[in-house]
Amino acid sequence: MIYREAGQFKTTYAADQAIFPIVQDRVFVALVALAAFVAVPFWASEYWLQAILIPFLIYALAALGLNLLTGYAGQLSLGTGGFMAVGAYAAFKITTAFPALNIFLVFLLSGLVAACVGLVFGIPSLRIKGFYLAVATLASQFFLIWLFNKVGWFVNYAPSGTITAPPRTVLGLMVTGPQSSAEARYLVALGFVVLFAFVAKNLVRGRVGRSWMAIRDRDIAAEIIGVRPLRTKLLAFGVSSFYCGIAGAELVFLYLGSAETLAFDINLSFLVLFMVIIGGLGSVLGSFLGAAFIVLVPIFLTNAPHALGVNMPVALQKQIELMVFGGLIVFFLIVEPHGLARLWHITKEKLRLWPFPH
Amino acid sequence: MTSKRCVIALLALAVALGPLAGAVFAQGQSIFIPLLVYRTGPYAPSGVPLANGGTDYLNLLNERDGGINGVKITFEECEMQYDTKQGVECYERLKGKNPVLVNPYSTGITYQLIPKAPVDKIVVHSMGYGMTASADGRWFPWVFNFPMTYWSQASAFVKYAGAQSGGMDKLKGKKIAHIYHNSPYGKEANPTLEVLAKQLGFELTLLAVDHPGQEQKATWLQIRRLNPDWIYISGWGVMNQVAVKEAASIGFKMDQIVGNWWTGTEADVIPAGDGAKGYKSMNFHAPGHGFKVHQDIFKHVYDKGKGAYGTDRSRVGEVLYNRFVINAMFNTEAIRTAMAKFGNKPLTGEQVRWGFENLNLTEKRLEELGMKGMTRPIKVTCENHEGNGLALVQQWDGKNWKIISDWIEPMREVVRPKLEEAAILEAQKLGYTKRDCSKEM
Repeated sequence: MIYREAGQFKTTYAADQAIFPIVQDRVFVALVALAAFVAVPFWASEYWLQAILIPFLIYALAALGLNLLTGYAGQLSLGTGGFMAVGAYAAFKITTAFPALNIFLVFLLSGLVAACVGLVFGIPSLRIKGFYLAVATLASQFFLIWLFNKVGWFVNYAPSGTITAPPRTVLGLMVTGPQSSAEARYLVALGFVVLFAFVAKNLVRGRVGRSWMAIRDRDIAAEIIGVRPLRTKLLAFGVSSFYCGIAGAELVFLYLGSAETLAFDINLSFLVLFMVIIGGLGSVLGSFLGAAFIVLVPIFLTNAPHALGVNMPVALQKQIELMVFGGLIVFFLIVEPHGLARLWHITKEKLRLWPFPH
Repeated sequence: MTSKRCVIALLALAVALGPLAGAVFAQGQSIFIPLLVYRTGPYAPSGVPLANGGTDYLNLLNERDGGINGVKITFEECEMQYDTKQGVECYERLKGKNPVLVNPYSTGITYQLIPKAPVDKIVVHSMGYGMTASADGRWFPWVFNFPMTYWSQASAFVKYAGAQSGGMDKLKGKKIAHIYHNSPYGKEANPTLEVLAKQLGFELTLLAVDHPGQEQKATWLQIRRLNPDWIYISGWGVMNQVAVKEAASIGFKMDQIVGNWWTGTEADVIPAGDGAKGYKSMNFHAPGHGFKVHQDIFKHVYDKGKGAYGTDRSRVGEVLYNRFVINAMFNTEAIRTAMAKFGNKPLTGEQVRWGFENLNLTEKRLEELGMKGMTRPIKVTCENHEGNGLALVQQWDGKNWKIISDWIEPMREVVRPKLEEAAILEAQKLGYTKRDCSKEM
């Protein structure tokens, strides 16, 4: 009843091809964006911003990057943590070498560095497919982490091997470093995510995205109709690593403040992969839903017993959290193997017919 | 149909309500100390005795004395699995309760919290771990790592190895291997060992073990080939047990292996059985439950059924248990010092920081606390946040840890200049300025 597109006529091709062709969707997205940009920084507490929303946005960006590669181009990758580490260490090296450089530019440059590394590690994808490719990308994960651990140059020869986000300002507002406010860092993370979600959405709607999907669905057929596998697959690796690189740089500069290679270990790669799978392969919205699920549910489970007034030992609580979280993942995958994004689509279909389903 | 609706409802609930729970806090007339603990995961063997020692001592103060000078201590544990990201979440959550200090118990998390300390006005006390350079209080007013740093500890180890070999000059040409956890924590001792290797002419081999440290076959194969005279281990959690087991299985002389003070608790040696006999580790306090403070813990905490180990008293007095007892004592004595100046009431972070900086723990006070002989008097100053702590060497005799050395003075003349250099480097990264200690009160 509320969600009905009857009467909304498309009179131009542009209107027909809009990202959100339905008015209700446009209004909804605009409201969400407004709330995220205006209401949240005003109302959210520091805990919410620092411990929940900032990591959520950063993981969403990483999941978006992996979704382009795995969800759209069909190349299974376990190297996400490594590519994020490349972004983080590149950002650290660039900003300490050129302190006057705008930090946004540093993020973009570190994304480019990660993209170059991604291209190199994407080369095996031309010969190897499926699970075997996952193993090959796993090598990149371990090699990159080992490299950053081993070579002192990457950490400016700090004895501890940690990289620290130095204080940097943009237009007089401090956005990184310990003195920066959580609101500023939140807005930067949000800005990047919105921008790159928009870019990703348009990429996958256009020629590039279609060629990725063609490769994913049947690479031989795609080759016959004129999609070049080399260029397409490498582009997917490059773009995906670019996203992951920026997410990695943000992870250190906007969220953790200082980090060691352990922050980018194999668990991070799995975590981002789970976000993509649970959120929905081949869906921009799914990346956000998956990131929300993986970031928010453990925190919710940690706080739930406390809120309900149940006092239990923290160790027991942690174990219960792990069990329930694992159970939820299994549950969702059984109920909807196509991920949370698919659930959202089903809901939309139902809403269209409501209240008179046939 | 219904199941899908149920799914949607569940998801919406999880996303919307999520962490709301964590945001509601109350603040009473007490001093709040957050405890970041790891009772689960690969670091639990080290984390459990630590966490239990801390809660037992704080409970003891509340039960016996009604807190610190009558001001109750409240504390809350937060499980973080020795994981930096979870630790940050814990810190942010507990920050809402106005803590005055934090004991991160992870060097990785200490690095996270150091930049935040002056902003949040929360003292970071990384007791015997964390960033060594932060011992220079002129650059890092909010961070304390007394009684000793990793660098001092490593120099004390070299001194001990020298004494055992018959003099420091005998170390020339000897082979020393450092097996370390491949993280900021494990790497921390490397610069000092490298400097000393150059100075004293011993041959240093650095062998990294990756997190979590369950796989060390390759490392010990290298040890067999190298056949070093001394092995120094900087391990944590499950890595320690594996290292001791591997050492025993290749038949290395156990009394030539010295763990740092995070690599020598009961849980580390018991799994290796008799093979671990003779294994040594550094320490800065005595093990065992023979001190008066333990009798008080039994009487006031365990007899009332509030002990962290429940009814099992046998684990009270383990090395890491005592570690956090000492840590909690340092914390509360610093708060007491601050109370002497600011009054017996809940204090702010700034006031507690003053207390830490002016902490002067005398032999007499230790006796009053029931810890005579358990650790040494300590004096912290504005310049020196490391204090004047000394190290010990303890040895596992198959049943108990026994102290086998006198108090060892670290090579301060080597460590301190390097530490001041590093402090400038680290402080510059954060854009700090040096404060003038002569102007501090």
